[in-house]
Amino acid sequence: MASTVVIDKAAPTRNVKYGSMSRDRTWALRWSYFFLTLFAIFSLVPPLYMLITSLKTSAEISAATNPWWVFHPTFSNYVELLTSNQFLTFFRNSAFVSIFVVTITMLISVPAAFALARMRFWGSATLATGVFLTYLVPDTLLFLPLFKMFAVFSDWTGIQLINRWYVLLIIYPTLTVPFCTWIMIGYFASIPKELDEAAIIDGASWFQTLTRIFIPVAMPGLIAATIFAFTVSWAQYLYPLVFTTSTDQLVLPVGIITSLIKGDVFNWGQIMTGALLGAAPPLIIYAFLMDYYIAGLTAGATKG
Amino acid sequence: MADVTLRKVIKRYDEVEAVRGIDLDIADHEFVVLVGPSGCGKSTTLRMIAGLEDITDGDIMIGGDVVNDVPPKDRDIAMVFQNYALYPHMTVAENMSFGLRLKHYPKAEIKTRVDEAARMLDIVELVDRKPKQLSGGQRQRVAMGRAIVRNPKVFLFDEPLSNLDAKLRVQMRIEIKKVHQKVRTTTVYVTHDQVEAMTLADRVVVMNHGRIEQIGTPNDLYHNPATRFVAGFIGSPAMNFIPCRLEDVAGKLHIRLTDRIAFPLPANRAVKYQGVTRNEKLLLGLRPEHITEAKAHPEPGIEGFDAVLDVTEPMGMETLIYFTLEGAQICGRVNPNAGARDGAPLRLAVDLNNMHLLNEVTGAVI
Repeated sequence: MASTVVIDKAAPTRNVKYGSMSRDRTWALRWSYFFLTLFAIFSLVPPLYMLITSLKTSAEISAATNPWWVFHPTFSNYVELLTSNQFLTFFRNSAFVSIFVVTITMLISVPAAFALARMRFWGSATLATGVFLTYLVPDTLLFLPLFKMFAVFSDWTGIQLINRWYVLLIIYPTLTVPFCTWIMIGYFASIPKELDEAAIIDGASWFQTLTRIFIPVAMPGLIAATIFAFTVSWAQYLYPLVFTTSTDQLVLPVGIITSLIKGDVFNWGQIMTGALLGAAPPLIIYAFLMDYYIAGLTAGATKG
Repeated sequence: MADVTLRKVIKRYDEVEAVRGIDLDIADHEFVVLVGPSGCGKSTTLRMIAGLEDITDGDIMIGGDVVNDVPPKDRDIAMVFQNYALYPHMTVAENMSFGLRLKHYPKAEIKTRVDEAARMLDIVELVDRKPKQLSGGQRQRVAMGRAIVRNPKVFLFDEPLSNLDAKLRVQMRIEIKKVHQKVRTTTVYVTHDQVEAMTLADRVVVMNHGRIEQIGTPNDLYHNPATRFVAGFIGSPAMNFIPCRLEDVAGKLHIRLTDRIAFPLPANRAVKYQGVTRNEKLLLGLRPEHITEAKAHPEPGIEGFDAVLDVTEPMGMETLIYFTLEGAQICGRVNPNAGARDGAPLRLAVDLNNMHLLNEVTGAVI
């Protein structure tokens, strides 16, 4: 309202160029830049520090020099890690776990979300809420009963799952499936009902409606869910720490900590390098799929 | 192609009865329009024919076969939706051919059919575009194309023109009529717009509160409505309903509107209404075109009276006039040169040869 009044005053002087609208905008932009810069610095300083430290020798790290500057840059930390079988094993375990978990999650949550969003069966709404509620139970509460479950399972069947990397393929989906199902329910619900009715009349089965109409139309949401599932399984720390102990079964986050911290000796250079290398895959995936990810998160807002 | 038959079809949602026992016979090649106000059950009826809603009771037959439990894809129908429901990730050609591809038609035949439908609908140059690159009218054409290529037994249209602007709606209306003249597929068309119903239909089915009020050709419904609802719903501006009663004056049957206004009935009407109880509360139904400016030498059955106009609406080829009679607002249509002005008196004439008499309580046309 205020802006309109000022424009009215400005109109007779013909000095519309500096109307309050553009002045408002200028100030809004200044504040935006100020806070964006602040947050960017805040969130970029730790990785920058990691990068700097990863390029230093142990001697330089412990020397009392400027911690923000590299005087004798070296790639020795990178070379050592990338040629160490241990690190490559961690990396491979992480990659396997994440890729499988993403696949399992999508195979379960997409059909589940479709059924809950569209097939209108008795109790579907309650079930949809229930799915989300399971996500709200924190993993710090769940890991003890889960551990007990696998121990009992092992006693009964003789199949040992604890301390095997693939046990994570069963555990991670308890985190990823509910959330991804929830995202996909929301996304599927935003697709007009007439679209599946048209498909049904065109002769599509429920499965064909899902694969040929819903999945392509909901692709941004699907990619958002994929990225989420990947990030969760890649960065998960508590579960692998509890469920895997042998060095050859560890995933990256746990592996770096357990193998590079020996007693009270912290191999900072390699820890930082390992963390940086570990952060790379999610970053690369984000970079490629960012546009889809944003489209997925803002679905419905711009649908014409 | 096939006929469609509904026998005592009922649809109940929990407590609410949306469709209350409908009987309807739609002949092969016929274009039937279901029309009525929102919530009258017309869309539900169409969706039951499509198989998108289960029926609570009764039978629906397509081509003589009861299809109550047949899934939509096996009913051999095609449907055009209000919001087009085009698949956004497919091109126009892919949208149109989706049903055929699901049924594994040979590629050559799919192409022939799509090309033919695209030509018929004048969208040949659009076949490689995605729906979001199309205008509303073009999308509606594609939606029709998708129905045509399937060559189904029945076309179902669910308010297909409601999302279009007025001008485009008129254009698409003609387009739909042309398509039906070419393909002659049995069509059930749902709309709340009585103009659309009148212009498109072979027969119009007027629905209200989940029941069929009347079935008839557009002209039939217009000139011989069976109930007050149909009389008021069909025609724009709507029919006037003026409180009245019949009385005998000097041995002749008269219709009395107010203390001062009473007209003798024309001979054929006097015979028709002879049996009606005198002084019973009735309604005189008169269409606006039967209330005009008075002429110097009126024909038999045309009676004059004076009115003070409340409002006039010049439409160009005619002027709509509004005045009040016994508390009821009355609309008439006069010649633009008749001198009708807001607030001014005007000598008017009613054409009682085209009058309807309704029972005020039951709403039935006598």
